[in-house]
Amino acid sequence: MASINTLTFDAVIVGGGGAGMRASLQLAQSGQKTALISKVFPTRSHTVSAQGGITCAIASADPNDDWRWHMYDTVKGSDYIGDQDAIEYMCSVGPQAVFELDHMGLPFSRTEAGRIYQRPFGGQSKNYGEGGQAARTCAAADRTGHALLHTLYQANLAANTCFYNEWYAADLVMNQDGVCTGVIAISIETGEVVYFKSKATVFATGGAGRIYSSTTNALINTGDGVGMALRAGLPVQDIEMWQFHPTGIAGAGVLVTEGCRGEGGYLINKDGERFMERYAPNAKDLAGRDVVARSMMQEILDGRGCGPDGDHVLLKLDHLGEEVLNKRLPGICELSKTFAAADPVKEPIPVVPTCHYMMGGLPTNINGQVLTIDANGNDRIVQGLFAVGEVACVSVHGANRLGGNSLLDLVVFGRAAGMFLEKALKEGVEHRDTSESDLERALFRLNRLENSKTGEDVATVRKDLQRNMQNAFGVFRKGELMQEGVRKVAEIRERAAKTVLSDKSRAFNTARIEALELDNLVEVAEATAIAAEARKESRGAHSRYDFPDRDDENWLAHSVYFPKEKRVSKRQVNFAPKQVPAFQPKVRTY
Amino acid sequence: MKVSIYRYNPETDKEPYMKEYDIDTGGRDIMVLDVLNLVKEQDPTMAYRRSCREGVCGSDGMSMNGKNGLACITPISMATGGKGKLILRPLPGLPVIRDLVVDMSMFYRQYEKIKPYLINNTPAPAMERLQSPEDRDKLDGLYECILCACCSTACPSFWWNPDKFIGPSGLLQAYRFIIDSRDTATEERLAALDDPFSLFRCRGIMNCVNVCPKGLNPTKAIGHIRNMLLQQGT
Repeated sequence: MASINTLTFDAVIVGGGGAGMRASLQLAQSGQKTALISKVFPTRSHTVSAQGGITCAIASADPNDDWRWHMYDTVKGSDYIGDQDAIEYMCSVGPQAVFELDHMGLPFSRTEAGRIYQRPFGGQSKNYGEGGQAARTCAAADRTGHALLHTLYQANLAANTCFYNEWYAADLVMNQDGVCTGVIAISIETGEVVYFKSKATVFATGGAGRIYSSTTNALINTGDGVGMALRAGLPVQDIEMWQFHPTGIAGAGVLVTEGCRGEGGYLINKDGERFMERYAPNAKDLAGRDVVARSMMQEILDGRGCGPDGDHVLLKLDHLGEEVLNKRLPGICELSKTFAAADPVKEPIPVVPTCHYMMGGLPTNINGQVLTIDANGNDRIVQGLFAVGEVACVSVHGANRLGGNSLLDLVVFGRAAGMFLEKALKEGVEHRDTSESDLERALFRLNRLENSKTGEDVATVRKDLQRNMQNAFGVFRKGELMQEGVRKVAEIRERAAKTVLSDKSRAFNTARIEALELDNLVEVAEATAIAAEARKESRGAHSRYDFPDRDDENWLAHSVYFPKEKRVSKRQVNFAPKQVPAFQPKVRTY
Repeated sequence: MKVSIYRYNPETDKEPYMKEYDIDTGGRDIMVLDVLNLVKEQDPTMAYRRSCREGVCGSDGMSMNGKNGLACITPISMATGGKGKLILRPLPGLPVIRDLVVDMSMFYRQYEKIKPYLINNTPAPAMERLQSPEDRDKLDGLYECILCACCSTACPSFWWNPDKFIGPSGLLQAYRFIIDSRDTATEERLAALDDPFSLFRCRGIMNCVNVCPKGLNPTKAIGHIRNMLLQQGT
């Protein structure tokens, strides 16, 4: 493999969603030699599916709004394991990052004053939870992700970013000093394999919802960044924390934005009862997502679900009137008609909690630098490697992300990593050396598939994996079931290592890509399973029958999963914001 | 059910052919993309693009029984009209890379030509640039484009002049920026379209309107630009 083509850049960004393109924009504008590798044409990335908006205290809906209130909500939403320095940074820098998006042309909806329209979302409050519901989510109708992603792509075109579209990153290249020197990537169109050598590699590879059989996530959300990092021996943090969005369309899994409830919609059970009033008397349908999802599951388990199998509840919107629905939620009306055969103007949408977001990921600092933990338990920076957006765990979401905070996360930290790199590269960073064996290691999986002659097919193994995760690591979890789940994932890992690629052709061979993606799904699933079993408490999205309470004494901590030893340890949560006193843990009610 | 799919692998096939598959849909009226996923389980060599599977990413534009659309939001019954077999071909008018995957670079190049980004050289304020709800309403029906290419590849004018005619998708986007009250490059944008091909090759056939999976109306946008150009000329 000595003949492998090498392309050399200052920075290589892997992933063309919102986080990746915000980072690439910063770097392209600063004149650094940057490449962005994306396995799909950038506007096909999963950011496009975000609907309701980007939460940020821009003080449009309420002139007195304050980023500190947003910070309070986010800390509380995280069930107190979000890092407060990072949350403070996100909430305080947020307005600047959002205004920049407007300046780039993002077609936000508007208020009569001409300002950006903001709608209420779950878990939002004024005055540190004392002033009632806030309206803090900046929206472009219910297509905010689409508008944001296209705007960023357009800005990148203007900045002449160098795109490698439909290129798939297979593995990290790490040298013997543990420094990341780039990635191996394959052109999906031609099958050409290239070593992208770079001073800085930025993962913006998104989430991995496809480890579950039912998910709101795009088919491309296969956890490629997490998979690559784990194979390189790097740890992941809080990976047991998976958000189940309350309102996925029953059966189809397609997302229905929380903005529906923000605009005044609410959930009902088979008796027509607005049941959230019982579970969250104050916030009702706009409680935290974990709370709403659990309440819905409880209704279903208690026999108050709807439909012939009693397996979902209903989201009622018709009382909002046709005009509001067409103006504020046009995309939802379309999706509901297509995937639920229900016109929200006339009838409610059947919904069920559905896997939606990976709160965990690669631990990073505010600059996006990936961290590992050394033998003495101290944070250590992984040289040359960065992570931003859903793949990263910086951590602003902790055990439960608030709606609208993912889009803010990706622009704020994509931008932060870009700015940090811009400065670092200007100050001078050298390319690091790699040996033949470093490259060989990164090419291992491509070579294995190329030489595979017999074995199981990818689709079967993938289905078994997804079914296992769905059964054992859903909204409610239980020790024994999870232990069984861990065993099954280990078996599936064995099988995934022996899949066959029968078609070895090079041009647009998506079977090869799907085989490579399966390895990543398995990595994420195994980390999730082991970390979930290890966290013996209930916190945020992680809810256990056998440990029903939050245990601050033992678990007010990040979990950190080390792939080589398959071991879970703890890492301190940051309680040291710079501009405000830290928010101390208290009982979390809505 | 029977599905007939256009197959072509440049490494093994001298020419394209239609291949028939027998798919068990369990009697349900599933989406065409679901059918393709079932085909792929049977035959992993089948190539097609897909991502969001809910009609917002624009990956899986293709010709279904002769009409362009998105496979993920088109139920079988809609594609076949409830009778006969399902026939899937790549989007017409663009070079085929493999099976249902077309080379979209020509389409993207036309998009890039219209400078699809906001141009405003006045200093940006410390907050957002204000825009009235009425001005914002003008962007509705324009900004929602997902670049699936269903429209441009259904357009005879684009088939004939894919290098010179911007095509319905690009022109829809051109108008999106021309009409944005925050954009200051209107004249420059109009001037760039004022030649016999870029815009005026539109013959009002309206195939674009017929096939747009997002219900957008490029012909109308083109009409607006045409009027602006004509008014400028007088």
